[in-house]
Amino acid sequence: MEQITLSNQIVQYVFTGITVGSIYALVALGFNIIYNATEVINLAQGEFVMLGGLIMVFFITTLNLPLVVGFILTVLVVTAIGALFERLAIYPLEGASVLTLIIITIAASIFIQGLAMGIWGKDPYDLPAFSGRTPISFLGAMIQPQYLWILGITIVVVILLNLFFGRTMVGKAMAACADNPEAASLVGINVRMMVLFSFALSAAIGSIAGIVITPVSLMEFDRGPMLAIKGFAAAVLGGLGSFGGAVFAGFLLGVIESLFAGLVHSGFKDAAGLIVLLIVLFIRPSGLFGSTEVTKIKKF
Amino acid sequence: MTRKLFAMSLAALLIMAFTIPVMAAEKEPYKIGAVFSVTGRASFIGDPEKKTTEMLTDQVNAAGGINGHPLEVIIYDDKSDDTDARLLVNRLIKKDKVVAIIGPSLSGTSLAVVDLVKKYKIPLLSCAASWKIVTNPNTKKERHWVFKTTQRDSHAVGRIYDFLKSKGTKKIAILTVTTGFGASGREQLIRLAPKYGFTIVSDEKFGPKDTDMTVQLTRIRGTGAQAIVGWSIGPTQVTMVRNWRDLGMTNIPFYQSHGFGSKKNIELAAGAAEGVFCPMAAVSLARLVPDDHIQKKVTMKYNQDYEKRYGEPVSAFGGNSWDAFSLLVDALKAVGPNKKKIRDYLENRKDFIAQSGVYNFSPSDHNGLTKDSFEIVVVKGGDWAIPQ
Repeated sequence: MEQITLSNQIVQYVFTGITVGSIYALVALGFNIIYNATEVINLAQGEFVMLGGLIMVFFITTLNLPLVVGFILTVLVVTAIGALFERLAIYPLEGASVLTLIIITIAASIFIQGLAMGIWGKDPYDLPAFSGRTPISFLGAMIQPQYLWILGITIVVVILLNLFFGRTMVGKAMAACADNPEAASLVGINVRMMVLFSFALSAAIGSIAGIVITPVSLMEFDRGPMLAIKGFAAAVLGGLGSFGGAVFAGFLLGVIESLFAGLVHSGFKDAAGLIVLLIVLFIRPSGLFGSTEVTKIKKF
Repeated sequence: MTRKLFAMSLAALLIMAFTIPVMAAEKEPYKIGAVFSVTGRASFIGDPEKKTTEMLTDQVNAAGGINGHPLEVIIYDDKSDDTDARLLVNRLIKKDKVVAIIGPSLSGTSLAVVDLVKKYKIPLLSCAASWKIVTNPNTKKERHWVFKTTQRDSHAVGRIYDFLKSKGTKKIAILTVTTGFGASGREQLIRLAPKYGFTIVSDEKFGPKDTDMTVQLTRIRGTGAQAIVGWSIGPTQVTMVRNWRDLGMTNIPFYQSHGFGSKKNIELAAGAAEGVFCPMAAVSLARLVPDDHIQKKVTMKYNQDYEKRYGEPVSAFGGNSWDAFSLLVDALKAVGPNKKKIRDYLENRKDFIAQSGVYNFSPSDHNGLTKDSFEIVVVKGGDWAIPQ
């Protein structure tokens, strides 16, 4: 029987880790966008991912739309859901404490899951892979073409987000709200509107994660919370609010889990990621890329 | 005149009021209870169980009931929750005053109620997997009032191991999910391996919501395993088969648990499940087993009735409630609504041909099934087939 060398195995572990990490990174980005605008940890972030996957299934499998059309429609629908969520659950509670709002996001998470269960039932759903399922051999590792899509789309999202926050007026306004909402409103930025944008944008990114991951791991109504936990760990590890940190920490977490599972013990891989998180927080309470000064003035 | 008419009509009314109920009243109904996980995380188990029970109740009553007594089944939904299961069993015993209880659907919910039925001395026919439901793990004795219908994990493992041994396999890798189902399967896989002379060269695990098992499989690849046994339910059992194919590991045969036995999994695997083996009960294979198979008749009838009424295929889960229900009806027919007599009757019931196998209960076995109640099937051309 064909044996596999250790170096081939390690290539496989690292590549799998980066792919899984891409999803953590996308979820972590979603956390950060809302956190920056509102200081709220949106615990329904994983539900955006789940909705992305399942709504894409509806467009592609049920309506037989082309991939690109389905992709765009899905992102639009989930973005609208994100905006609606803000208008219905966050906006009416002007002046509520951050903690209250976080608890409301938990309620929203349960509500959205229940709704999804009502619509799609409890079965997992599949999507066709974007460019077939024939694995590519790379340095002795076998890689699904979909993994390259996941990685590529994550990179594109990160670049677009950078351009958005660095180059566009809305993006800069959102960044300003993140730095100091009061000063931002003094210079004429509509802070409430930016909060709405942040939920919409964060939902859009979540839905993209859901769309790209479903062909690999299927999607069902209660997948969200686990992804949210991993994404949250990545966001905290990278430093809450730091976009670069979120992406780096997402990849790091994915690779650590994967290497630990492959080389040490697959039963404790989730623990391995969380232990690294705890160690980092012990040494640097504001995360790898978070600023200690900023952390002090934030409520969370 | 009017007074006379009034008196006459009053008398007529009174006579009617007293006689009609007497005329209409049948014999007193037999009342049994059922607790299933119709909603909640395990609704895919409880839902077919409830549908099956309702269908069979209608069939029994349409055929004139049990010895002329209509059958009344009170079905509750425990929402896959242990506390709810306990409350509902309590209600069935105290408020509804049923003579026996079918269910609960899950190992957890069943274990949560075994002490209740012992306290109130009422027979329980659980539809869940764990052996601890019928056997007290401390005393190693069968619980007096508890029976169960589903095969044990050890039956599935035993059947897979029989098959692997016949193929001359020596080294196996196991890949189990970190839930109760996976942990229990892993326990049996490890416990029974030495009895078959197998070495477990790799013992890998993954979480129930994991998105990828490439890493675990890559590890297995490096160990020289001759077969992989995967043990999980839900989307992960599809993901691991896909990863196995992507990694080009089809030269190492893949065996799944009895949890894989749904056509849906073959569809979701999108071609990747070709050649995967798994143990299945006859209920899901009614059309595939030969005509002289002992369960052919009962399983065919159940399959056809269920498909006709609900427009969906049967599942092994529904089959488990079929067995519990039919055993109970059999007992009621023989001994009537007496809790103690029902229990004694069930404990000595032999050769009861049902959906999950042929039951032979005894004081030392309240499950009554053996590993032969499973058939090994292989995925071929997108459907189940009996391997050659």
